[in-house]
Amino acid sequence: MSDGLTLTGGIIMVLSVGSVLTLVSYCLYRVLSLPPVEIEEHLKGMPDIDTRDTGDAD
Amino acid sequence: MKREQWGSRIGVILAVAGSAVGLGNFLRFPGQAAQNGGGAFMIPYFISLLVLGIPLCWAEWTMGRYGGVRGFNSAPGIFSVIWRNPVSKYFGSLAMLIPLIIYMYYVVIEAWCLGYALEYLTGSLMKGGDVEAYQNFYSQFVGANADGSLLTTEHTRFMVILLITFAVNFFLIYRGVSKGIERFCKIAMPIMVLCALCVLARVLTLGTPDPSQPGQSVGGGLGFMWNPDLQALRSAKTWLAASGQIFFSMSVGFGIIINYASYLRRRDDVVLSGLTASSMNEFFEVCLGGMITLPAAFIFLGVAAGSFGTFGLGFVALPNVFAAMPLGQFFGFLWFFMLFLAAITSSLSMLQPVIAFFEEGFGLKRHASATFLGLLSALGCGFVIYFSKNAVAMDTFDFWVGSALIYVLAMIQTFMYGWVFGIDRAEIEAHHGAHIRIPRFVQYMIKYVAPVYLLAIFIPFCMTEVPKFYRSLAENVVAKYSVMFIGVILVFLLLLIHIAGKRWSRTGAFLDLATEDDVLPVKPLEDLT
Repeated sequence: MSDGLTLTGGIIMVLSVGSVLTLVSYCLYRVLSLPPVEIEEHLKGMPDIDTRDTGDAD
Repeated sequence: MKREQWGSRIGVILAVAGSAVGLGNFLRFPGQAAQNGGGAFMIPYFISLLVLGIPLCWAEWTMGRYGGVRGFNSAPGIFSVIWRNPVSKYFGSLAMLIPLIIYMYYVVIEAWCLGYALEYLTGSLMKGGDVEAYQNFYSQFVGANADGSLLTTEHTRFMVILLITFAVNFFLIYRGVSKGIERFCKIAMPIMVLCALCVLARVLTLGTPDPSQPGQSVGGGLGFMWNPDLQALRSAKTWLAASGQIFFSMSVGFGIIINYASYLRRRDDVVLSGLTASSMNEFFEVCLGGMITLPAAFIFLGVAAGSFGTFGLGFVALPNVFAAMPLGQFFGFLWFFMLFLAAITSSLSMLQPVIAFFEEGFGLKRHASATFLGLLSALGCGFVIYFSKNAVAMDTFDFWVGSALIYVLAMIQTFMYGWVFGIDRAEIEAHHGAHIRIPRFVQYMIKYVAPVYLLAIFIPFCMTEVPKFYRSLAENVVAKYSVMFIGVILVFLLLLIHIAGKRWSRTGAFLDLATEDDVLPVKPLEDLT
């Protein structure tokens, strides 16, 4: 029979849940704070197409 | 044919996370933890996540996008792009066989979840505190008593539920990657979080329901799950179980991530997206699965909660728990509806790799490829449904394909990434459009550590499990038929790949790739945004 949550068990539970929550929150914050893909593409300007004739450009 | 693409960044992340989040997160993980040291299990678990899980996910994301940008969405095509060898495409057969065979039995489990949710709506699963009643209901519901029993009129209701589940899957897959899978996952994933949080709040506020059993409280339940037995860390079994759980949970080696990532654009991020999808899967597993399932079962069933297997915990123990808790009918419905959503986001991902192959291998339109796949998967599903006695067919499929072969495919993919593609080239490829950087040592881990780690899990797995299942082939004719069925499907897929390969050669699909690096110039790592 379990004697209830021990101090060590509580620490492991808080560390496990806390570290996963921190990681998922950080990732979601980073993802959701990025501009939408379309806008991001637009801000990049011209698509980088290698025209193979720019090697000796000035 | 116009190339399919994901509609948004969060859409692909939710789709990949949805594919990984399934019954294993809520039912398998807590059971594994409780049987392998409780809280101590989390130490090898997180080490495996960092060494094996996340790096292999990044590898699959990178290879998938690389192949997709070059016009291939199926594993045979992607493997051919990465390894320009006529043999390489045949290795891709595993990346179709695994999701296809798993789908054949997973859709049945999915129908169980929907069936249980509907039983809660009507109240017929509130059977009081008799564990035997739930065991009997489960055995009867899944046809565990006799082969062919699910095809009798007594089970018409379940067969209708199965047909609906099947139809929903194919309706969504027919709508395509963006309008079907992505749109569904964008709705289903938040609903799953909400349902799980409601059930979690209910479990954590149960207090001590039976004053005569003061140990069976919320604290006792959490202790049962999280109190560490540090001695377990000395056992290799604990480390194997933790690695295996990470491996199964994250859908590494299923051939799914590589297919989903192939629908990304050249400049779409794979590093942050891969990490986000992995961390979402961990959220469902550790924060929700770890806090709900076993603590709830312990509060009402005591230490007996630890004796149930994955399905026993989900379909026998938990219904017993819901019957005993206040508002149990409502929470029981929420729980099984959430499991149904979790299962459907996973089963969708199992169909897409094969659909992609039919489309690009034979130039089929979506309705033709969906129809062909529908017939093929219905055949396998019918096999599982007919041979329902003691779930022998399902267990055999799950062992040989859902357990053993995924190690093999993961090793092939690790070899492709680390040794064929090469970690220098792969590192540059991974960082195209990346929003965070993968530390350099991760590349070395994928090349050197991951294969050794995989072998270290696979060899003991074979030594302990294979003889047992091999013996069952001799003793049980259904197990033998099941392995033969897998073999026939594998040969059929190899044949299709051979024909598709000839078609690709005839149409010059790979000739265009000869100058790919000129067409798609490689940017230096400094361009990382």
